[in-house]
Amino acid sequence: MLQQTPLNAAHRAAGARMVDFGGWEMPVSYGSQIEEHHAVRRDAGMFDVSHMLAVDLSGDEARAFLRYALANNVDKLAVRGKALYSCLLRPDGGILDDLIAYFLREDAFRIVVNAATADKDVAWLNALIAERASELALKPRRDLAMIAVQGPNARDKVWKALPESRAASEPLKPFTAAESGDYFIARTGYTGEDGFEITLPAARAAESWAALAAAGVRPCGLGARDTLRLEAGMNLYGQDMTEAENPLESGLAWTVDLSSPRDFVGKAALSAAPMTRQQVGLLLQGRGGVLRSHQQVLTATGGGEITSGTFSPTLAQSIALARVPVGVAPGDTVAVEVRDKKLDARVVKPPFVRHGKALVS
Amino acid sequence: MNVPANLKYTDSHEWIRTEPDGTLTIGITDHAQEALGDLVFIELPAVGRTVKAGEAVAIVESVKAASDVYAPVAGEVAAANTEVTEAPEKVNADAYTHWLYKLKPASAADVGKLLDAAAYAKVIGEA
Repeated sequence: MLQQTPLNAAHRAAGARMVDFGGWEMPVSYGSQIEEHHAVRRDAGMFDVSHMLAVDLSGDEARAFLRYALANNVDKLAVRGKALYSCLLRPDGGILDDLIAYFLREDAFRIVVNAATADKDVAWLNALIAERASELALKPRRDLAMIAVQGPNARDKVWKALPESRAASEPLKPFTAAESGDYFIARTGYTGEDGFEITLPAARAAESWAALAAAGVRPCGLGARDTLRLEAGMNLYGQDMTEAENPLESGLAWTVDLSSPRDFVGKAALSAAPMTRQQVGLLLQGRGGVLRSHQQVLTATGGGEITSGTFSPTLAQSIALARVPVGVAPGDTVAVEVRDKKLDARVVKPPFVRHGKALVS
Repeated sequence: MNVPANLKYTDSHEWIRTEPDGTLTIGITDHAQEALGDLVFIELPAVGRTVKAGEAVAIVESVKAASDVYAPVAGEVAAANTEVTEAPEKVNADAYTHWLYKLKPASAADVGKLLDAAAYAKVIGEA
């Protein structure tokens, strides 16, 4: 039995094609996923991301606990409302999940984790709390829904649809959040565009979704979400990174600080591990197919594999994220095995697209 | 779902139209394009290639997935529609106008064994 979000009926009424995504019944598209993609790059689109889980951590030792539990340094969060992207690591450096942590108060942080890994993450954090900071409380918030509104016109359309949210959300800088009544509004996203991710009571999800649609925000499914995040060079957990890979070989070295004296789960393993693989972007040359996950990549320094590949609607060309041996560099040409052919692809540094503009060609 | 009565079909979602000269025009059905979603790449067989019934002869790829297109009967490829390789989205717009390739069948009798519209509608759960 698949789990359903509070917006399930709204998706069905809009004619969405529904699929199983990590045990959740989610809309993959409402029609053309390429048109949904363009709506986000050029105007405003919205995604039901209620399958993701907000977890509230409270207690005096919340910050000290996260300083140890997260690979990124929670001390970068100096101002209330600031958000931090981080991996949650195993002691051997393998990635349990990627998440965003929000600094609410000195004794209260909100963590948003992926759907398929939510139960695992909560169990992991609870075990770590029992070991190190047993007075902390960890509260999964399945009573909340989440709607991501993304695109150059996203913020204006949110203010049109939900005018009461404007005062709290208008001053927000990128990667910060604020509470507005029982809404929690973050200027974050997974598309490479401006916009908000709005966390709100499940009971108010349908009316807010309808108000956003009435303000001209186009409902978009997981199909467009995937092409948008891949153009933006953002990893998908379970595909571009798993427990078998560490952040350094997943394009996430910028989220791990190994230089500070701070200890954290996985630090010793990451410091000791020789770096043999790296993540790169690939841009297919010419036509001949579409790059897809699990296709083999042949390089001058050895074999690699595509972790996510798709057709980029913005570039009108196929793009991919791949894990390849160190030594491969932007500008190199590699070969990708697509069915019975070897197709040339150029190595590039992600992202491919940001704020509607192509960054590679 | 659109299943024109004047065409023949396969259970692998190709449509077949017999032209006055006996050549078969072949495409993918409206149901197939809908299931695949936005098409972004199409590879067609070389003209002159001899194919067996059920052989994979073409590839259609959407943003989501790649799918083979099969020869409905044995024969020789007589034409490939480069219009759809240039603009695959045309198949999404009208799957029955934008054909993929033409086949000179080895035996005209084979065509009679293909599904009619009513039988294909059952295959896709529309009847």
